Amino acid sequence: MKRHGFRLYRHYLSLSIRSSMQYKSSFWLTMLGQALTTISTLLGVIFMFQRFPEVKGFTLDDVILCAGIVQLQFALAEMWARGFDRFSQIVRLGEYDRILLRPRGKILQVFGSQFELSRIGRIIQGVLMLVYALVRIRLRWDFLRVLTLVNMLIGGTGVFTAICILRAALCFFTLEGLEVMNIFFDGAREHGKYPLNIYGDKFLLFCTVAIPYALVQYYPLLYLLGRRADWFLPFLPLLALWFLIPCLLLFRVGVRHYQSSGS
Amino acid sequence: MIHMQNVVKTYRVARRDSGAKAAFFALFHRKYDLVRALDGLSFDIDAGEIVALLGPNGAGKSTAIKILSGILYPDSGAVECGGFSPARDRMRYTREIGVVFGQRTQLYWDVPVGDSYGLLQDIYDVPEAEFKRNLSELTELLDLKELLRTPARQLSLGQRMRCELAASLLHSPRILFLDEPTIGLDAVSKLAVRQFVKVLNEEKKTTIILTTHDMQDVEALSRRVLMIGKGKLLLDGTLQDIRRDGESLDESLVDFYQGIEGFDGKEE
Repeated sequence: MKRHGFRLYRHYLSLSIRSSMQYKSSFWLTMLGQALTTISTLLGVIFMFQRFPEVKGFTLDDVILCAGIVQLQFALAEMWARGFDRFSQIVRLGEYDRILLRPRGKILQVFGSQFELSRIGRIIQGVLMLVYALVRIRLRWDFLRVLTLVNMLIGGTGVFTAICILRAALCFFTLEGLEVMNIFFDGAREHGKYPLNIYGDKFLLFCTVAIPYALVQYYPLLYLLGRRADWFLPFLPLLALWFLIPCLLLFRVGVRHYQSSGS
Repeated sequence: MIHMQNVVKTYRVARRDSGAKAAFFALFHRKYDLVRALDGLSFDIDAGEIVALLGPNGAGKSTAIKILSGILYPDSGAVECGGFSPARDRMRYTREIGVVFGQRTQLYWDVPVGDSYGLLQDIYDVPEAEFKRNLSELTELLDLKELLRTPARQLSLGQRMRCELAASLLHSPRILFLDEPTIGLDAVSKLAVRQFVKVLNEEKKTTIILTTHDMQDVEALSRRVLMIGKGKLLLDGTLQDIRRDGESLDESLVDFYQGIEGFDGKEE
């Protein structure tokens, strides 16, 4: 049964992608819209740096690198964890009942329920920002730096996915929209443009320990830029994946609550 | 085959008085009412039966279906279907059942129906030979040939319901739940659905549990009727037990509902 889990996910994926291909103009418009929002965020950063040449020792190029990586982490999570992102809708429309009627893992089915192809718009933007910054900064590339970057993408996508799952889990307890959670989700993307230490030590500590967001952004960024050389920094982003565990557990508790309360 | 004994299910429903002030306070402190959807419901169903669950809106029919199909846990009481405890043995039990909700779809909206079926094959791990056999049988019986290549969004309600029926039967379930399968259908489609359900029951001996408000469905399909009201079993018998001389079935049913203590004809 488990053996086919991956194959089943691929099948879900292909149906999702074929579905979104059905609406070509909507697909392109969504992509365009996302491109525009991203550009406006980028402009905000650029204007800021016209006033101040650097922020806490980070130059404009450093910040664009940081923002590009966060953009990619966020877009990848939104793309593949879209089912959790729109989970309140799934519950409200009764689609969740259908999930419970199928002999498959609930989490696999929610992941499979929707794959948001249009997030490719944001992904392309992120890549462009990344490439631009990397060309300007002229990093000396070595194996560990490449590994750091890859791990940042894996770990960051994981953290954002975990936040999506956390938000979905809370849907089981209240069916009303939870704007509070957007602080962590959209908020993380917004303030994640800048290296997290500019917000002060307490915030940095919070983002290291509570929601392990600094592990995929600030610390490995220092390594990437050659400001710190500790051996563990390239691997630190993967450590952030621990955050998936409590979120998935909470989701399981929520499922149990749903099945016994039936709201 | 199906055994329900003394099943109780209570929902917690947020209570809110009308008016802006009340709505504002509800943001901080919420009061809950307990609504008893099932209040000691018991019945048994044998393999191969077609049974109709009847009752006014809010009587607990949907809750009963949700508990029998494993979506919800009961608060108390015993439930056993085909040797399983539905909610607890969800992974194994759901392979044995098919569920059609008349008001919802399980098909992908934007891809051809046949593609949705392909996904269902993977979800239920149906072996290729069995899948092909079932699909060709269902295509024949439900006249799906033209529909398989059409996206679900382009189907009429009647066509879609035929596709839904097939979708829930591709894995050869032993029990089929039909929650208002004929709602909103035109006469031709209703007849087609009834005819199909009948054949399915006769040839495959599939146990069928049906909820409906359409008395003609009941008349055409089920020898046995379970009447539910206020979460309790009011009657276990046949349509003849409800029917009164000189009245249509619907009229008799209204009489029956009005006889239920405290029933005021409104939805709860």
